[in-house]
Amino acid sequence: MSDMTADTAAVELPRARTDWLPLLLVPALGLLALPFVGSPSTWVTLTVAGLAMGMMIFLMASGLTLVFGLMDIINFGHGVFISLGAYATLLVLGPLAGWATADSLGLNLALLLLCILVAMAVTGVVGAVFERVIVRPVYGSHLKQILVTMGGLIVAEQLIHAIWGASPIPIPLPQSLRGAFVVGDIVMERYRVVAVAIGLLVFVGMQLLLNRTRLGLLIRAGVENPEMVEALGYRIRRLFVSVFIAGSALAGLGGVMWAFYRQTLTAGMGMEVMVLVFIVIIIGGLGSVGGCFVGSILVALVANYVGFIEPKLALISNILVMALVLIWRPQGLFPVARR
Amino acid sequence: MAEPLLQLADVHTHIGPYHILHGVDLSVPAGGLTMLLGRNGAGKTTTLRTIMGLWQASSGRIRFDGRDITKAATPDIARSGIAYVPEAMGIFTDLTVRENIVLAARSGPVDRNRLDWILGLFPALKRFWNLPAGNLSGGQKQMLAIARAIAEPRRLLLIDEPTKGLAPVMVRSMIEAFKALKASGETILLVEQNFYAASALGDNVVVMDDGRIVHAGAMSDLVADTVLQQRLLGLSLDAHQ
Amino acid sequence: MSTSPALALPFDETRRRGGFWNAILSSDRPRSKVLSAILLAILLLLAATPFLFSGSQPLSTAAKICVFVVLVASYDLLLGYSGIVSFAHTMFFGIGGYGIAIALERLGPTWGSAAVGLAAALGLSAVLAVAIGLLSLRVRAIFFSMITLAVASAAAVLASQLSDVTGGEDGLSFQLPPALRPAFRLLSEPLFGTPVNGRLIAYYLVFSVSLVVFLVLLRIVNSPFGRVLQAIRENEFRAEALGYRVVAYRTAASVISALAATVAGALMALWLRYNGPDTTLSFSIMIDILLMVVIGGMGTMYGAVVGAALFVLAQSYLQVLMAAGSAALAGLPILPNLIHPDRWLLWLGALFVISVYAFPGGIVGRLRQAGQ
Repeated sequence: MSDMTADTAAVELPRARTDWLPLLLVPALGLLALPFVGSPSTWVTLTVAGLAMGMMIFLMASGLTLVFGLMDIINFGHGVFISLGAYATLLVLGPLAGWATADSLGLNLALLLLCILVAMAVTGVVGAVFERVIVRPVYGSHLKQILVTMGGLIVAEQLIHAIWGASPIPIPLPQSLRGAFVVGDIVMERYRVVAVAIGLLVFVGMQLLLNRTRLGLLIRAGVENPEMVEALGYRIRRLFVSVFIAGSALAGLGGVMWAFYRQTLTAGMGMEVMVLVFIVIIIGGLGSVGGCFVGSILVALVANYVGFIEPKLALISNILVMALVLIWRPQGLFPVARR
Repeated sequence: MAEPLLQLADVHTHIGPYHILHGVDLSVPAGGLTMLLGRNGAGKTTTLRTIMGLWQASSGRIRFDGRDITKAATPDIARSGIAYVPEAMGIFTDLTVRENIVLAARSGPVDRNRLDWILGLFPALKRFWNLPAGNLSGGQKQMLAIARAIAEPRRLLLIDEPTKGLAPVMVRSMIEAFKALKASGETILLVEQNFYAASALGDNVVVMDDGRIVHAGAMSDLVADTVLQQRLLGLSLDAHQ
Repeated sequence: MSTSPALALPFDETRRRGGFWNAILSSDRPRSKVLSAILLAILLLLAATPFLFSGSQPLSTAAKICVFVVLVASYDLLLGYSGIVSFAHTMFFGIGGYGIAIALERLGPTWGSAAVGLAAALGLSAVLAVAIGLLSLRVRAIFFSMITLAVASAAAVLASQLSDVTGGEDGLSFQLPPALRPAFRLLSEPLFGTPVNGRLIAYYLVFSVSLVVFLVLLRIVNSPFGRVLQAIRENEFRAEALGYRVVAYRTAASVISALAATVAGALMALWLRYNGPDTTLSFSIMIDILLMVVIGGMGTMYGAVVGAALFVLAQSYLQVLMAAGSAALAGLPILPNLIHPDRWLLWLGALFVISVYAFPGGIVGRLRQAGQ
């Protein structure tokens, strides 16, 4: 084989493919909002709040986007795992109520961690059941998937009512996570800072997993071409079930964070936030974790800034962001190559 | 005579309402390169996909290496030692060249010597080692697809039209690579439309038409017999020259 | 979907001999004796409700069934006949309701203002349906459901925010035109013991408009237009290859469906003399519609009638049954909770899931199969 061949082909070749434009949107948006918000300290507060919100949405959306990318499954019942994760905190908060009121950061954080672990375990198990009973029989038909997962959602919400009662349940934030950090005239609520930290941790963990491990490579390869992954000798079903379970557990984690944020539990809280989740995965590009991350922050920041500048517009702002992104890139910010 | 490495007996395949394979009988002896020729729509790709379990045979038997793999799942067929390079190559464009090859080596890190040998066959891949495979040209993607198939020793390679759409210079280097693979003792079942490439490489030849095998024999016999060529491959020669 | 015999309409069997029923039903007969009997019973009961039952409860139940038949049938045009899953249907239902409510409240209780309100609502619905259709044109089909969900939720929040116009969470109560008020007497003497007042006229207005809209929808799905929709549902690429402009057909179906839902919303508001987020806009109504269309039978139109009747009756009367069951099981763990009257949706939800798997043709499909 002659080197000539490779050389002539190489000339036209490697241009960097890293796509920076969507990433620049986030700081650009922040800077754009600054003059409208006016005071820099208010701007910092809003930005931190937006980031916290964005991280929580990311936690809830990341699993869904991967499940879609990998197996072409659209799960409208994903919101159940958010609600269920939120309610699972009761399993911990009940027996360990003392840890929440204790004036000890260590105990408080340990309680939060325990809530997260229990919620992820519960939603993971329920996710496995949901996949087996609800989703598996309807591979291949989007219409049936939407209907059946919607049905699963109805039944699961009703079961939550049956188990925990139908009225909203207040849950207190652990003692030392209440209140705010004050630096100069900048006010940052503590819990939001915690939420940002947890969200970042999960995002970095997911990036490492997806880019540095064989499992991650398999998931990314499976998103692009599941058939070829099978032809290489990997059982994609098993891979998919694990991702579905992990995605459900992540939704459970998001549910815990969301529950402490609202400090109220309702069975419908998952479905309420699903609207944002769907907007985010559409904006990000179905199947793309990075896009999901950028999309979450984008949507949350816009909602916070607009909510401050012109409250009445806050609700439609998300739809507007979605429409603008889709006009710019109909496949989302980071379109994932597909079969 | 020893049992062939791969044997299809009276295999029928349906895709949806369409009956594509009408009783394919095919054997691939161990060692050497078997050419699968035939015009567009003759059922060559379907045959490969049916062997691979990507489409289920509706009747008939497929035996590989003494085992019945007719109903086996694709991953199990791959694990029994068959590598498949589809016509569309199936490159993971989002992954780097290195990651593509790492994934193909199921049992662990790629053997250093083997990797050197592979990169010796396809030097271009070395240059783009850490770039997303989506950046490669069509010919380089084809090289990566084949490199991936041989990342670990396999019993049998199924390769679907590797020269399709390639520039003549690329076709020639691809032929060289296949010669090297043959020399190293790999067993290959190669689908080709390009008779020039086929005649340069094939030890055995099988010709398909309308979902059936219409000829099987030594490649040298077919090359020598222009009348037979005309009868079997008239269409495909017209289309490609 | 194509597996169910209930959904596969025989293309050539349609325009056979004429006859009264074929003309009325656009030659799309129930094709099952039991189903025909059920439909006839529902029709007669609805037509005679004011004279069969006393009190306002049965009449309200009957009016609700009429409205939901239209709402669900128009949704079936999308889901069952076009294979489109939209979650924005309640938005159009709400627009109809608000159109009537706002017009009658602002412009006074006359027929003219009702007409203005309805016309404005229909116009807005048509524009929105086209806009959503055009947006979804640019994106993958699978985005459509999610986008409609987002748009519908924005509409719901918007309605509760713009309280100056919509009355916010409280909604709007308004006066009807005099002829529809309970005090109005058409005949001085009761007919078969029932006073012929404005309430009765309002009921028959709801009933007859619902019947007409339903028959129009039935005609549409059996027209060449409806056939193309089904062809697209079965195989989008083939339909495209045959030269049908898929996007145009789907957008048209969305618009027709939206207009019918708007009419249903207007009827609902007229009947209730009130419109608010909970009666027409809420997501739980969207869920109800899904349950009705799937349990009744997608892609059959008659499924909307059976589903709506069954669902509204269950809403009112299943709970009584469950209360009895729950009381009987009192003392056991969880179980009484599961059949608590408030959990009726749990069982309909389970029935819904089973329907999608086991009998995608719903009740109507089942009956037609049994009859063959």
